[in-house]
Amino acid sequence: MSDIEIKTTPFDARFPNTNQSKHCWQSYSDYFKCINARGEDFAPCKDFKKAYQSLCPADWVGKWDEQREEGTLPFKVTV
Amino acid sequence: MLSNFLFKLLPTVNCDVAEPWQLSFQDGASPSFEGIVDLHDQIMFYLVIIVIGVSWMLGIIIVKFNTAKNPIVYKYFTHGTVIELIWTVTPAFVLVAIAFPSFRLLYLMDEVIDPAITVKAVGSQWFWSYEYSDYISDSGEPIAFDSFMVPEADLEEGQFRLLEVDNRVVLPVDTHVRFILTGSDVIHSFAVPALGLKLDAIPGRLNQTSTFINREGLFYGQCSEICGVNHGFMPIVIEAVSLEKYMAWLNEQLS
Repeated sequence: MSDIEIKTTPFDARFPNTNQSKHCWQSYSDYFKCINARGEDFAPCKDFKKAYQSLCPADWVGKWDEQREEGTLPFKVTV
Repeated sequence: MLSNFLFKLLPTVNCDVAEPWQLSFQDGASPSFEGIVDLHDQIMFYLVIIVIGVSWMLGIIIVKFNTAKNPIVYKYFTHGTVIELIWTVTPAFVLVAIAFPSFRLLYLMDEVIDPAITVKAVGSQWFWSYEYSDYISDSGEPIAFDSFMVPEADLEEGQFRLLEVDNRVVLPVDTHVRFILTGSDVIHSFAVPALGLKLDAIPGRLNQTSTFINREGLFYGQCSEICGVNHGFMPIVIEAVSLEKYMAWLNEQLS
């Protein structure tokens, strides 16, 4: 395995406080809005993906992915 | 001089775990901890002065002015405005003086300065799960594992009862680490005293805290919010290692 880069989602001034729930949710939402608007290969979308992967618990992401597939996601991810 | 030198040759053992009958702090390994101890020491100095003063007044009054020694009292002596003002305003000033360094530390500890690693800790009944999702393995899975307490029957000699776990949280030293805490069922609390960490893990909410570990070692903590029968049996162990060892551990976990 090659050298892994030690890097994570940086501080986001929109979410300066202890409660990062919105940060996780916003990153997830922004990623899917981004790929819906620009396609999956659009490189800047990957920052959103890395953010939600780093911040959101796997359970939350799994639940939202299921809801997205069923079309029951309680928030919009299409622009 | 020679004895001083010889003493320094002896390996030192740091107190990073709760000791029986312990009254003092554990040895610190993070700037947050040092801040807490400094604040504690500053306040304790003035606190001791005040306690001695108050106890002295109480004692003197009881000894010299009790009913046996002081049976006759002037019955119209009901209040004294000046002294009452003094003993109300002075404690208020003392509290304001305590507030300044206290709030300073509180807001400093709240800062999450440019973390390099994010570790998610999810509290469940009755174990912790950790996810290191900054890196994805070849098979597309992040590093994730559960951490259960080692039961007393399975402890090896020298291990700590109710504190050891099967999988430790491995972190590199001298690196800003961000913890994201949540609960999967009920409220738990992630606490590691030697690092000055304690934050509730609440279901439906992601709480962020950060740490910076100054030295290598094992740092123990326990769940700090009542969460059921085994609340006392879901400890936390952080193993701080050099960056090279951390990279090696990451590679091992990812393959």
